[in-house]
Amino acid sequence: MIIRPKRHFSFLYFRRRLMNIASLCLASAAMFIGLAWLALILFSLIKNGLPGLSLNVFTQMTQAPGSNGGLLNAIFGSLLIVFFAVFIGAPIGLFIGTYLSEYGKMSRFAVTVRFVNDIFISAPSILLGLFIYQIYVTHVGHFSGWAGSLALSLLVIPIVVRTTEDMFFLVPTPLREAAAALGAPKWKVLISVVLRVSRTGVLTGILLATARITGETAPLLFTALNNQFWNVNMNQPMANLPTVIFQYAMSPYEDWHQLAWAGALLITLFVLGLNIVVRIAFKQKSPLS
Amino acid sequence: MAEENLLNAKYKTNQRVDRTVRIVTTFCAIGLLLLVLAIAWHLHVASLPSVKKFGLSFLFSSEWDPVAGEFGAWVPIYGTLVTSLIALLIGIPISFGIALFLTELAPQWLRQPLRILIELLAGIPSIIYGMWGLFVFAPFFADTVQPWMIAHLGNARIIGPLFQGPPLGIGILTAGIVLSVMVIPFIASVMRDVFEIVPDLLKESAYALGATKWEVVWNIILPYSRIGVTGGIILGLGRALGETMAVAFVIGNAHQFSISLLMPGSSIASVLANEFTEATGKMYNAALSELGLILFGITLLVFMCSKFLLKKVNK
Repeated sequence: MIIRPKRHFSFLYFRRRLMNIASLCLASAAMFIGLAWLALILFSLIKNGLPGLSLNVFTQMTQAPGSNGGLLNAIFGSLLIVFFAVFIGAPIGLFIGTYLSEYGKMSRFAVTVRFVNDIFISAPSILLGLFIYQIYVTHVGHFSGWAGSLALSLLVIPIVVRTTEDMFFLVPTPLREAAAALGAPKWKVLISVVLRVSRTGVLTGILLATARITGETAPLLFTALNNQFWNVNMNQPMANLPTVIFQYAMSPYEDWHQLAWAGALLITLFVLGLNIVVRIAFKQKSPLS
Repeated sequence: MAEENLLNAKYKTNQRVDRTVRIVTTFCAIGLLLLVLAIAWHLHVASLPSVKKFGLSFLFSSEWDPVAGEFGAWVPIYGTLVTSLIALLIGIPISFGIALFLTELAPQWLRQPLRILIELLAGIPSIIYGMWGLFVFAPFFADTVQPWMIAHLGNARIIGPLFQGPPLGIGILTAGIVLSVMVIPFIASVMRDVFEIVPDLLKESAYALGATKWEVVWNIILPYSRIGVTGGIILGLGRALGETMAVAFVIGNAHQFSISLLMPGSSIASVLANEFTEATGKMYNAALSELGLILFGITLLVFMCSKFLLKKVNK
């Protein structure tokens, strides 16, 4: 006698398989959507930005619409502001990270500092700009490159704190103890053992922080503002790429749009390039997520 | 004798340096705590006039008239919440799919490069998303999707009012969609992390019982990691709430309240970005600062929720 499987049995099995295939297809589709979106954004950046990327962009100042201006002062201003932001923020972040990993450890105070640091990482950047405006710009009485650097340094600090602590944490304790047993004072252990072992990791954190702030616009709106002219004085309002892109993109002029796209392409190339190089060279996870 | 003195002096110097290092680093750590208090305090002080004048009605009034000095935050608050909600509605399923693909489907050699590519989405500056949304996405959206929505969804029974109006391209819905792309890498990254810590033993047991891949995901992985997944979603929500530039480009910056998602609106961050430098008058400034304070409060609350949930996972 042949026993046939009951009909609804095979139907159930079929339904489960179908459900499985459908869901896995949807997951692949989601992956495809994510990648397609990245490709779309990069494609439109290249398509719209590349034609505008003439020599003028690097040799001319920002000028009135229709007069063949460039972005020289904005690029220079951005570099300067970002450089000083990292210059201010990285050491402070390094200090706090050192404190958390070497002194504070799991004390209640250190846990609180860690928590507050995470608040900083997730705080809307525009609020940091607002804060610097209130405590610095209103007191000095004018917008300035320094204010921009200060606002951006508030973004650098928490990222550097987190990567520094993570990297220091990975240094084996016996290494520290060996150095201490040889009679090295703590500061020497810190500099020539802990920092030396983890220097690539710490550098990664600083570079990723640099990448993060290069494209930041919101904190610069009320701090560095903008400047049409060539300016090397950090105490004056300073042109910077993100603000210029914002202003130009929102304007009705076709040639300004062109320049905005060129600037956008430059910033994206720089930021993504830095991200990729850091990730491939140091094989490190983003500290932001 | 002289040598001993020298050693002694060296020891003393070392001790002094040690103490200085300790004091300086501690001082910086204290500074960080003070900084966050200072931010909250300054926002509070700056918004006092507006808090005193409008009280609680500030939150629910949709009046925004700088000339008359009448301010209400309802439109930006509504815009902030609704755009973030849309971002999550679109972003969660896609992030889930991406995390699933990265942990269960992709071959081993493909996982790392794909992960980096998805994380690059998080690396693109928000102003680029804004420009792209304004110049590329919005026109496309206005030409193709929006007319369809108005024709087919505009007359639907309950959700109809959400999809009425002219196909402008920019608006609350567009801002929500652009935001969804921005939160995907964050949510996907957390989901991937928590999916990966599901013990293989559990998964293999389910497979051994004959479960399909989807059944393992739905019945084993997801229940096991639900707290972490929620934490990741809330983390994404925090990102979406505070996002400034991308939203400022595409939301349309209107202060009229409108229930339709196709109409322009504003978010707290976009109002700050657009109006703060031009704000004249004490009350105008105070109202904007109060908006900042509200945003700070909301993001802080959201952050604490995600922290609480993600901490549970790690324990």
